[in-house]
Amino acid sequence: MKYILMMNCPRNAYESFGSWPQKDIQTHIGFMLGLNKSLRESGELVSAEGLASPQEAKIVRAGKDGAPVTDGVFPESKEFLAGYWIVDVETTEQAYKIAARASAAPGQGGTPMNMPIEVRQVMSGPPEEML
Amino acid sequence: MSLDAGSEQLLRDLAPQVLGAVLRRFRDFSAAEDAVQEALIAATSQWPRDGVPENPRGWLIQVASRRMTDYLRSEVARRRRETAAAADLGSETAIYDEEQDDTLALFFMCCHPALSPSSAIALTLRAVGGLTTAEIANAFLVPEATMAQRISRAKQSIKASGVPFQLPDPEEQSQRLRAVLHVLYLIFNEGYTASVGPELARRELSSEAIRLTRAVHDLLPDDAEVMGLLALMLLTDARRAARMGPGGELIPLTKQDRTQWDRDQISEGVALISVALQKGSVGAYQLQAAIAAVHDEAARTEDTDWPQVLALYDLLRRMSDNPMVELNYAIAAAMVHGPPAGLDLLDALDTDGRLKGNHRLDAVRAHLLEMAGDREAAIEHYRRGAERTTSIPERNYLMTQAARLREGDEEP
Repeated sequence: MKYILMMNCPRNAYESFGSWPQKDIQTHIGFMLGLNKSLRESGELVSAEGLASPQEAKIVRAGKDGAPVTDGVFPESKEFLAGYWIVDVETTEQAYKIAARASAAPGQGGTPMNMPIEVRQVMSGPPEEML
Repeated sequence: MSLDAGSEQLLRDLAPQVLGAVLRRFRDFSAAEDAVQEALIAATSQWPRDGVPENPRGWLIQVASRRMTDYLRSEVARRRRETAAAADLGSETAIYDEEQDDTLALFFMCCHPALSPSSAIALTLRAVGGLTTAEIANAFLVPEATMAQRISRAKQSIKASGVPFQLPDPEEQSQRLRAVLHVLYLIFNEGYTASVGPELARRELSSEAIRLTRAVHDLLPDDAEVMGLLALMLLTDARRAARMGPGGELIPLTKQDRTQWDRDQISEGVALISVALQKGSVGAYQLQAAIAAVHDEAARTEDTDWPQVLALYDLLRRMSDNPMVELNYAIAAAMVHGPPAGLDLLDALDTDGRLKGNHRLDAVRAHLLEMAGDREAAIEHYRRGAERTTSIPERNYLMTQAARLREGDEEP
């Protein structure tokens, strides 16, 4: 079963991350690299990506003739997707365990951040014989 | 140049025999399996150029053994134990080509109960099926590196569990055979119910499951459950062409164009299950195959012998405590005794609780409610089923059913 683990962060997280002490930044990055490595080694990682700062994010809609019309990031959005993992696991509980590990990534001062991770199943299940 | 289909088939058939021979000589399963993969890859590049050798099995064993020797030499060097162990290696030109077939022992090893289902599947496809890691990764839509790790961890678990490479005791064998058949069944289902990804790669998975189950059947020709599983696969796979519409939409069994069913596969499956049932040791795969045969033998949906299906599901539910069997039994009961009989059985399943939140329960209830003429409730359950399924074709099908009923259409 495949699950997507979506890590959301508050709007200002990207800037505040840059103001952390170097040691904390390195610990955080080291943790994330280690997590990905361990998921690859356990044969569970399908893909993982971190997303660039929402500063440059645009909302796109089709305008006349289908041409893209872009709009800036809405100031009212409080949370942004910062990155995601797709994992292939035997049980839902295992997906939750991995999410909890990611959530506990070390923040400033090395204390766990306990970030909210949204866990959703990917629609990759097999169809059964229908009536 | 690439290998022609005949030689490719030959390679795949020889893979487990070669691995068995190398394993008997060197005993290290993990390294032997790697060496055989390398020998298969060497054959794929050399045979089209040089022709298939006179003794392909011997050729593969020799190449794999040479790789093993190289590997052991480097291991020995690494461990600085040259003098003691190098003497054990013996002559590298010695060819072990005894006509002993270890395929069955390999099946038992790869489907060891210590492994998780996904590990056992991956290892069986590689070590017995002769597929490359890239091919397996492609079929399961995961990166090759992830699949390689899954296989390597499976090998480690086998090593850690200390299972010797030999056939289990007769008492243990029937239980272990059940695990092998279950893994083959799972491989078949992965391919048969392919909903996403490179369809060809997935379809090959069910052909591969059929090929491997045939191999087990050849090795244990008198086992009725092996025959039952092979028959079940053939009778199910026979409907493949009719199962999806041109846009990839699901077509339910009752609405399939039965002229598209594969008659040869049906005949083979029916012949197999008939022989199996006469052996007098009825099992769950045989009963499922018998049910598939009843469907396959009806020229039109309305010719289906539902009382026969009901009787077979009744036997199956006495044999296994599986709520999915109860669900299918309820469908058959509705077809024989009318929708209220089926709906009563679904209520019992609600009380049972094991299918709580399962989309199949909603989908079946929706269908029976529609048969009973309760349109509103049917719409509600089609929608609930659509929300709960994790299969996109299934969701599309259930949503369409709900929409059709909302617009007051009769079933076409």
